[in-house]
Amino acid sequence: MSKFKDIKKIIVEKPLKLDCGQTINNYPLAYETYGKLNGDKSNAILIFHALTGDQFASGINPITKKDGWWNYALGPGKAIDTDKYFVIAANVIGGCMGSFGPSDINPATKKPYGTNFPVITINDMVNAQYNLLDHFKIEKLFSVIGGSMGGMQVLQFVSNFPNKAFTAIPIACTASHSAQNIALNELGRQSIMADRNWQNGFYEEQNKQPDKGLAVARMAAHITYLSKAGLQEKFGRKLQERDDLRFSFDADFQIESYLRYQGSVFVDRFDANSYLYITRAMDYFDLIKKFGGNLSKAFERSDTKFFIISFTSDWLYPTSENRDIVIALNAIGKNVGFVEISSDKGHDSFLLDVPDFLNTVRNFLNTSYKEIK
Amino acid sequence: MKKEFYNIAKLVTHNSKVLDVGCGNGELMKYITENISKDIRGIELSKSNVQACVEKGLTVIEGNAEKDLKQFPDNSFDFVILSQTLQAFLDPENVLNELLRIGKKAIVSIPNFGHWKVRLHLLFKGTMPVTENLPNEWYNTPNLHMCTIKDFENYCKERDIKINLKNLKFQNFFSELGIFILEK
Repeated sequence: MSKFKDIKKIIVEKPLKLDCGQTINNYPLAYETYGKLNGDKSNAILIFHALTGDQFASGINPITKKDGWWNYALGPGKAIDTDKYFVIAANVIGGCMGSFGPSDINPATKKPYGTNFPVITINDMVNAQYNLLDHFKIEKLFSVIGGSMGGMQVLQFVSNFPNKAFTAIPIACTASHSAQNIALNELGRQSIMADRNWQNGFYEEQNKQPDKGLAVARMAAHITYLSKAGLQEKFGRKLQERDDLRFSFDADFQIESYLRYQGSVFVDRFDANSYLYITRAMDYFDLIKKFGGNLSKAFERSDTKFFIISFTSDWLYPTSENRDIVIALNAIGKNVGFVEISSDKGHDSFLLDVPDFLNTVRNFLNTSYKEIK
Repeated sequence: MKKEFYNIAKLVTHNSKVLDVGCGNGELMKYITENISKDIRGIELSKSNVQACVEKGLTVIEGNAEKDLKQFPDNSFDFVILSQTLQAFLDPENVLNELLRIGKKAIVSIPNFGHWKVRLHLLFKGTMPVTENLPNEWYNTPNLHMCTIKDFENYCKERDIKINLKNLKFQNFFSELGIFILEK
């Protein structure tokens, strides 16, 4: 797609056998880097993005002209200090920021793949991104870091490549997507599919966009990223630019107006089919089942040092699910730290200015970096 | 740093694998990391203490020793340290069993209720003893299960737990703290 012609990408020639059975090759993988790779290539960090993130984690996203999604954590002098570390972030396959995704042209039909795009998994995403280590000729990463779906990719990465990262920081995630989270994702998908413009996924060839469905999906999801206390504190029952209720279905309340706004700006930067494919990948993620009900087995061969972080008000990926990963690692004597950060900002806490969280990441990275030096 | 911590650290073998249960703000862990063994981590309940450990660059697991020790396999540490926390647990017997299961050796310290100051306090004042090592009043103390060095020795003897110290009679009167190395 032409709007992505100036962004960094590799064309992965090596065939990748997807979990669904199909094999892909010669596919684009878009990425961005921050900081400089040092002489012995020991300072590289691979960052994995969450559902609606992309490779532009820091600075300004050149496509959307918005701030990078992890500006609080990533940049010069920040917790993940790009004066010190070389950070690589890729757009997941299935995404819509230049990597192989459902709006790419299918060479067989000369039309966008739409829902003919193969169903991908977290495992497929990680295996595709592993090619970046070969591209940069990095033998071993200093760290793999990610929150939410990014955290699932961290777990999958260490499981697939047990000796390719010195440290790993899975944040606000799970080893097995819960029924509640599958349900919430299904709500979003059904909202998109209920939009007439969706056209069974072939909306692009008809110059249509299921914007309404995608906006509602985003509104619903956005609520799950916040907490009840956070919402109450920020919005309460405050009215939107009016003194009294209007006895209509306008956005009387600030929270309504806020959600409508979040929905409307989201459709400008995100593709509806990508939303379907990526939420599906999250739902299929079950590292516990993959290892016969024993999560410890996923990490048995690994020498990676873990630090796991959860947030008190995160009800989407609650502390208990993060702690299950800690328990699995302790059960086999692996090196793991764990902190539950106090925050009323819900699941979104990992994207926001939460000082205890940012200090935790900074200190763990600094101490670990001294150990390998 | 507290003198107690130097005495505990002295008992830890160089480069051994260590778990500090109830590691507080990480002061002891930091000392051991810098001087004795880097292979150390702690468990701590209090969020502010956990952050203090993180600030020191220590590996800490936020958790509750009464519930979370069971996740560690048998003999997974050379030393498990428990400094002045045993008496505050709801079920100290269970915690001691867990320490001896997951550690090849356990280093346990307790405030000694048999110290002469404590005995005199109760004898002459007739009120619950308040000392440097037992600073709280009866109504706000976290200590649920106070014991003396002699009580602790008896406890270990009854359960065939090896205990290292000599001169326990003397210690029971003159030491404000008991520091023990235990083995199954």
